[in-house]
Amino acid sequence: MEILLIIVSAIFVNNIVLSQFLGICPFLGVSNKLSTATGMSAAVCFVITLATLVTYLLNKYCLVPLDLQFLQTIAFILVIAALVQMVEIVLKKVSPSLYQALGIFLPLITTNCAVLGVAINVVTKEFTFGQPSHMLGLGEAVLYAFATAVGYGVAMILFSGLREHLAMNDVPKAFKGVPIALVTVGILAMAFMGFSGIA
Amino acid sequence: MTMTKLQLITKGLIKDNPTFVLLLGMCPTLATTTSAINGLSMGLATLFVLVLSNMAISAIASLVPDKVHIPVYIVVIATFVTVLQFLMQAFTPSVYASLGLFIPLIVVNCIVLGRAEAFANKHGVIDSALDGLGVGLGFTLSLTVIGLVREILGSGSAFGFKFISGDGMLAFVMAPGAFLVLGYLMVLFNKYLAKK
Repeated sequence: MEILLIIVSAIFVNNIVLSQFLGICPFLGVSNKLSTATGMSAAVCFVITLATLVTYLLNKYCLVPLDLQFLQTIAFILVIAALVQMVEIVLKKVSPSLYQALGIFLPLITTNCAVLGVAINVVTKEFTFGQPSHMLGLGEAVLYAFATAVGYGVAMILFSGLREHLAMNDVPKAFKGVPIALVTVGILAMAFMGFSGIA
Repeated sequence: MTMTKLQLITKGLIKDNPTFVLLLGMCPTLATTTSAINGLSMGLATLFVLVLSNMAISAIASLVPDKVHIPVYIVVIATFVTVLQFLMQAFTPSVYASLGLFIPLIVVNCIVLGRAEAFANKHGVIDSALDGLGVGLGFTLSLTVIGLVREILGSGSAFGFKFISGDGMLAFVMAPGAFLVLGYLMVLFNKYLAKK
């Protein structure tokens, strides 16, 4: 039950883009075409899950015992930057086709605040998920990160579908480009508000 | 093109406004502008990091090998963000609590790294400080305006002073309002720029 709650809450109720405002820059930047949006979502999903796993362990077994939690921001961003670089190198060797597909998006992910945001959130905030509020365990943290990333993908793919249609319409000059996109996201966010309360 | 000291400070307000023209730092812009005060404090927090990191980076730029310059810059920025976290926890704990996650996330705000890359590593310490000040002021201004509009529409108050009884349109304080207000303000901004 708790697993289901984590998944539904992270994907729909507290959608990372539409209600937590994380990762907006790539969300607006690469959502012009459905294919790039899918590639970006896959890359983000991979990195968020991996980064949360690593930073969670780093925090629990290194920073907390040494009483160095104030270094979280610095340590996490370095880990994420190194991780993205490593993923890039490994992918290049192991699966050149996947690297081709995700390649251009990987370096962008370091500065995607969704990655750092989720990593900091799971080690500093208390969550409920139908139980008394508690800090997340490793399994829950990774599941939460993965579900959040899936939520990112859902929002991104929905939005890029809308945007492909928008591109064919004649919008007033001042609205062209980002303004009309923001208004569209606003309406999409309003639709997602309908999920609040179910988990 | 060389710019005078005054131009360095004022260009971020309208011409190179980081929010409305350059579209940088969207996440804090949308997330922290639930009220004018919150927008203003987030803007000032970013301004603080921007000025200090610009100065530090322009001072060390010639010592940093080109290959590792991005990680080095990020560590410099993260250091100032950590300093800021300490200062805010000590002196303004309530503001720190309401901005929450978005204070540590200044590290990945593209405005800060962007200025380091585009300006601070090629210019002197004083000019870089002024550039940081100018861009930071532009960011603060737009965040305050967005926050003000959302606060007036959403809770019927301005800077915390209530001028209607009862609630406003709550949606404007919540997520959809952020996107809608930013979108429509951007339209007005485009109109204004097109007229000039």
